[in-house]
Amino acid sequence: MDPFADTLRRLREAFGSGRTRPAEFRATQLKSLGRFLRDNKQLLQEALVQDLHKSAFEAEVSEIGISQNEIDLALRNLRAWMKDEKVPKNLEPFGLVLIIAPWNYPVNLTLVPLVGALAAGNCVVLKPSEFSRSTEKILAEVLPRYLDQSCFAVVLGGPQETGQLLEHKFDYIFFTGSPRVGRIVMAAAAKHLTPVTLELGGKNPCYVDDDCDPQTVANRVAWFRYFNSGQTCVAPDYVLCSPDTQERLLPALQRAITRFYGEDPQSSPSLGRIISEKHFRRLRGLLGCGRVVIGGQSDESDRYIAPTVLVDVQETEPVMQEEIFGPILPIVNVRSLDEAIDFINRREKPLALYAFSNSNQVVKRVLAQTSSGGFCGNDGFMHMTLASLPFGGVGASGMGSYHGKFSFDTFSHHRACLLRWPGLEKIYSLRYPPYSPRNLRMLLAAMEARSCSCTLL
Amino acid sequence: MSKFSEVVQRARAAFNSGKTRPLQFRIQQLEALRRMIKDHEKDIVGALTADLHKNEWNAYYEEVVYVLEEIEYMIKKLPEWAMDEPVEKTSQTQQDECYIHSEPLGVVLIIGTWSYPFTITIQPVVGAIAAGNAVVIKPSELSENMANLLATMIPQYLDRDLYPVIDGGVPETTEVLKERFDHILYTGNTAVGKIIMTAAAKHLTPVTLGLGGKNPCFVDKDCDLDIACRRIAWGKFMNSGQTCAAPDYILCDPSIQNQIVEKLKKSLKEFYGEDAKKSRDYGRIINSQHFQRVMGLMEGQKVAYGGTGDAATRYIAPTILIDVDPQSQVMQEEIFGPVMPIVCVRSLEEAIQFISQREKPLALYVFSLNDKVIKKMIAETSSGGVTANDVVVHTSVHSLPYGGVGNSGVGSYHGKKSFETFSHRRSCLVRPLLNDESLKARYPPSLAKMTRH
Repeated sequence: MDPFADTLRRLREAFGSGRTRPAEFRATQLKSLGRFLRDNKQLLQEALVQDLHKSAFEAEVSEIGISQNEIDLALRNLRAWMKDEKVPKNLEPFGLVLIIAPWNYPVNLTLVPLVGALAAGNCVVLKPSEFSRSTEKILAEVLPRYLDQSCFAVVLGGPQETGQLLEHKFDYIFFTGSPRVGRIVMAAAAKHLTPVTLELGGKNPCYVDDDCDPQTVANRVAWFRYFNSGQTCVAPDYVLCSPDTQERLLPALQRAITRFYGEDPQSSPSLGRIISEKHFRRLRGLLGCGRVVIGGQSDESDRYIAPTVLVDVQETEPVMQEEIFGPILPIVNVRSLDEAIDFINRREKPLALYAFSNSNQVVKRVLAQTSSGGFCGNDGFMHMTLASLPFGGVGASGMGSYHGKFSFDTFSHHRACLLRWPGLEKIYSLRYPPYSPRNLRMLLAAMEARSCSCTLL
Repeated sequence: MSKFSEVVQRARAAFNSGKTRPLQFRIQQLEALRRMIKDHEKDIVGALTADLHKNEWNAYYEEVVYVLEEIEYMIKKLPEWAMDEPVEKTSQTQQDECYIHSEPLGVVLIIGTWSYPFTITIQPVVGAIAAGNAVVIKPSELSENMANLLATMIPQYLDRDLYPVIDGGVPETTEVLKERFDHILYTGNTAVGKIIMTAAAKHLTPVTLGLGGKNPCFVDKDCDLDIACRRIAWGKFMNSGQTCAAPDYILCDPSIQNQIVEKLKKSLKEFYGEDAKKSRDYGRIINSQHFQRVMGLMEGQKVAYGGTGDAATRYIAPTILIDVDPQSQVMQEEIFGPVMPIVCVRSLEEAIQFISQREKPLALYVFSLNDKVIKKMIAETSSGGVTANDVVVHTSVHSLPYGGVGNSGVGSYHGKKSFETFSHRRSCLVRPLLNDESLKARYPPSLAKMTRH
């Protein structure tokens, strides 16, 4: 029994009917999406509290606000994006798009890709994460009421159902999650030659130079590390710095943590919780690596892990082998910028890379001699907040990108169109057999004269 | 560890040395490639003649000139394309540097095919080099002479570690696909495309796949049939039909089928004479297997012209089939040979439906004097690319991306699109490490009224 066949067939038929093509239809869908957010803001905030103990501030800044911005941007620019570009290129929807969303920013990472897919005129199947249960419920029960259900469906389930879903043919798949599952998704997509965007993860290095103000650095690193209790694909995963800088950073980090979360972070409304028991136990295990110098407390009944800093960490320990995705910050010592760069380049390309220094030269050197999805000098994942910057990974951290117009382009097929007329046949005749050196000379001269090296003529 | 592991590792080490980062280096390599082509034009033509019965005219005009143009274009534009691209800032980032920085991906694998064995292999290499990558080049073993030539010629002009040429057939390609690359570009058929993407998935390697399909060619009643048929004949029968973007079959109203046949015949005689076998300009099928395959497609069909072949020389006459049944074999697979089936449809709507029910092709062609017909055809179908009132030419415009969609391919390249395909566009934000006070509003604890509990 295939639970998805009917739904997919319905959506394909709707797409085939051309319903999603007109700009008016797409604008209506986007406006409704905006209304969904506004009407259900409180409901969503409550769900985010239940799923991740997310504060209203974080919910606004990193989930609802960002999603609303993307909707507004798409509405403002839809017609401009839809017009053919300077050289004739039709931007067309792919058809049936599958979006598989994760649990850590279940509103943002579901709705922002959805905005792009809808703006580009696709029909969409949405598979929200089953781990962020409360948000999943709203996405499944409330969201469809706002959208045209002949062109949009939410499907639920775990790995087994997702596997079944992936056996079907989609015209585009957008996946956010781990590299391990990214491989599975791409392999499934390969069976149908379905193009994909994979937003994956990695260990995002954070290089801290000796030439810096430790408190400023500590404030920024701590905020971005412990935001959403560390469950952020672009969070600084580990710090690379000299032993001297470590000495200065540690008290500064402690001050930052206390300033943000108080003496007892477990009672702070600003700190999130771990999504599930499985992840909690995984993270608790990591607390045994190196040496705890800040935090280290945990409470299973609350899925709480204290904002933690580890030192004396070995490269071979688990905390340096897997993406942490939790409120634990290991510090690894290096003796020079060169060593830091080598350390970074020995590993997989991360989704984000950070470098802190008063010296612009140092920051630029780290940028020039490494690779990563995105880069921020002297701050955390601020680069994500610009819709004018493409957001995506490279290598093991992903392929493809989105946000703003990049979303529209990602979910569109760029079809090259050349429109000709019967005229100019005398010139085109030069290209026909029987071939002769004279014709060739004239042809090449004609091509050169047009100097855009346009065409076989 | 296969014999390819060493080659790939050497390429990677050479890439990691940073050699390819300066634009000057990349331009030098492209200039060397250009010199190679100019020095060895005769050899290139010789290989194309031996493999596909091309002559110096069509070898140059249908292959070599594209690569030379791509090199010129790339050299000219590279400084501009490689520059950091500043982007629009938000109110919170006014004081910061915000830009997109293009970087090479690393080691790129390019697998060529045999139909245009020089262009299809080398044109993407130009883009990959320009973007600063190391490139492992795997020409098709079916166009044996070109494969041998590239293997000897390229190392004499390009950096040997960065741009190795590897050879072999299916087993060797399977081996090399076990290695990790940072991008794989493959041109060929759908079945192999799936195999390549599956292999790439293991390493999370992005792919560009230039595949095939049946490119429909709709001929409206309202069109200049003389010109239409001449252009169609040209695009279909060049290289003896072995062109991924060639019009595969014609869709037309039954009332014009006979005229189309007559005019196609007229053009074919103008191009290749009464007996195309004697024409210097008419190609041959690449090998016996494909020869048998294409000859087989004619079985049971109504032949209006041609229909004969000579296995010894792998020659197949330019052939036109009429009243073709859409269920027959010739309408089930990409023909890739000099056989043009004509399928009758009674309206534009029927043609559109016919096309939409099938896999998305690499190219779509529509001939009409009526702008509305053209627009409707484009709007209600999908394909990699489109040319109206001509065939094939959209693939030769550098500013148009060349690629398929659905079964006809993933991703695209040519010109700037090549540069982008083979680059990572990295988002960069750089701010000063100034006093944090200006940012304090973002830090917890948030104002009491915003918090819950």
